[in-house]
Amino acid sequence: MAKGVWIVAEQRDGALRKVSLELASTARKLADQLGDEVSAVLLGSGVEAMAAELGKYGVDKVYLADNPAFEPYTTDAYAQAITKVVKENDPAVLLLAASAQGKDLAARLVGSLATGMASDCTDVKIVDGKLYCTRPMYAGKCYGEVVVDSFPQMASLRPNVFPLVENAKAGAVVKFEPALGELKTKVVEIQKEASGKIDVTEANIIVSGGRGMKGPENYVILEELAALLGGAVGASRAAVDAGWRPQSDQVGQTGKVVSPNLYIACGISGAIQHLAGMSSSKYIVAINKDPEAPIFQRADYGVVDDLFKVVPALTAEVKKLL
Amino acid sequence: MNIIACVKQVPDTEAQIKVKGDGSGIEEGGIKWVMNPYDEFGVEEALKLKEKFGGEVTIISVGPARAMETIRTALAMGAEKGIQIDDPALYNADAYATAEALAAAIKGLPYDIIFCGQRAIDDDSAQVGPILAELLGIPQVTFVTKLEIDGKTAKATRPIEGAQYVIETSLPCVVTATKGLNEPRYASLPGIMKAKKKPVDIKKAADLGVSGASKSKVVKFTPPPARPPGKIICADDTPEGKAAELAKLLREEAKVI
Ligand SMILES: Cc1cc2nc3c(=O)[nH]c(=O)nc-3n(C[C@H](O)[C@H](O)[C@H](O)COP(=O)(O)OP(=O)(O)OC[C@H]3O[C@@H](n4cnc5c(N)ncnc54)[C@H](O)[C@@H]3O)c2cc1C
Ligand SMILES: Nc1ncnc2c1ncn2[C@@H]1O[C@H](COP(=O)(O)O)[C@@H](O)[C@H]1O
Repeated sequence: MAKGVWIVAEQRDGALRKVSLELASTARKLADQLGDEVSAVLLGSGVEAMAAELGKYGVDKVYLADNPAFEPYTTDAYAQAITKVVKENDPAVLLLAASAQGKDLAARLVGSLATGMASDCTDVKIVDGKLYCTRPMYAGKCYGEVVVDSFPQMASLRPNVFPLVENAKAGAVVKFEPALGELKTKVVEIQKEASGKIDVTEANIIVSGGRGMKGPENYVILEELAALLGGAVGASRAAVDAGWRPQSDQVGQTGKVVSPNLYIACGISGAIQHLAGMSSSKYIVAINKDPEAPIFQRADYGVVDDLFKVVPALTAEVKKLL
Repeated sequence: MNIIACVKQVPDTEAQIKVKGDGSGIEEGGIKWVMNPYDEFGVEEALKLKEKFGGEVTIISVGPARAMETIRTALAMGAEKGIQIDDPALYNADAYATAEALAAAIKGLPYDIIFCGQRAIDDDSAQVGPILAELLGIPQVTFVTKLEIDGKTAKATRPIEGAQYVIETSLPCVVTATKGLNEPRYASLPGIMKAKKKPVDIKKAADLGVSGASKSKVVKFTPPPARPPGKIICADDTPEGKAAELAKLLREEAKVI
């Protein structure tokens, strides 16, 4: 009988990703409802110290495999190791992050474990011993409640949505050494973006600019505000297609889906494909000189005015407050 | 080179999505159906490889009768032939069942590379490509923005948070395409005429030896949660006044800065 709530912890460059702690906190909540334990799988090279941190967020047991083959992440090595340890232990629930790595890995595990998964969930709960997952579909134009009829019941969780809850448990380490078969993929190069740059999917605050920015040189006013707030700069597709901003900054249906606490849209009209990427933000601010712009229908706070006047003034005000 | 591109027919990005009264699905009336935008990148990349190395591009889609139109669109872009898997058992299939059907159809074919989109913009599940790769026992590279092929290996660029990985893998493999990979071509008028005569095989689940059974299901559809109406900040009508009011609200009311 499948039992226990499992997570796949994600780490990179010697640190656990914050989303791993979101997974741990959420798994703890589900496990408490089921009267079960939380276990984490942690793969990497020299990562044992991270087990304690997982313990702090409610993980009872950490299945740890330390092996240079796990650094950096490859689908092959991770999927082989995790498939084996999951099959041996038969958990009822398996959670991953809907991050770049998690999306690649989770779907591969769906195949190797021959089960089902609800992707990119914004809520999960236990009802009558079963996992119920809530997830945006059709780019957030509707929501679906998903149940998985096989074990493990898999779900990937949207980063930045689930709260962190400290709840100290043992975080006891169980080492395992998966025998890896042929590895067909390898990472031959890692190109890092400017250091200190926060990815839009991981930022708590995003200051985003669209065609209303008029040109690439003007983004400096958004960068200033974002830096002050510890956030990231995003962009609409119009700005990316014009070559003003890199593809990695694009928010929307053919860009990234983001869930920050605060999304400030500057000179963005609010096309349906843009809203698809940011409507699960907790607070939305729109700065646009056109009072009819559709973005105002989604905004919690709207400022109808010239962004080139409002943004610098806002930066000055924020400086006073912080 | 034998290239396969999986395409799904989805509602146009502009489409209004209305949930049925009983929450069992969405209202399909009035929806304009198009090729999943990410699949356009996959089809384009497939055609570029064919143009470079020679060979054939085969389009596969699981979907009802209307999905034929999307297959024809890909044929009009330049693919050689199509396979449509049309079976009521698969109409609400989850990612696993869909991938199983695709894998069964692909198994008998020669292939060097398979393209999928990174996700379908209806179910937004981003699962079918990797499941398909696993079922076929071949490697995958997902969310690919750049691809170089030299006969036996593929070198693919894959953005992650704050970095890009350049990944090398052996062929055959599954590549899931995302924006940035290329600029999809439009079907030309002669292309559309020719597409009408290109062969499309229609298959049932039983022909492929799959049941179509899903592992997961959407038990209820709901409209998105309503957002409370927003505030338009007028303050003293100067940009500075509005900015001051906004900063205050963000600090004291929303508590986000
Ligand atoms: C298949 C498909 C996928 C797509 N995917 C995406 C996606 O992922 N992301 C995305 O963003 N879009 C996407 N789009 C494009 C989308 O439809 C819009 O074209 C795009 O979002 C518009 O960008 P924008 O708001 O920056 O520009 P516009 O719509 O041109 O809006 C510019 C806004 O700036 C305002 N403005 C101008 N000057 C000022 C000023 N000085 N001060 C204040 N305001 C000012 C104007 O009033 C206007 O509202 C997609 C479209 C399709 C068909
Ligand atoms: N019904 C289908 N027929 C053919 N290909 C599909 C189908 N569903 C999904 N795919 C492929 O898998 C990709 C990811 O879809 P999904 O996992 O549903 O988000 C799509 O972009 C398609 O390339």
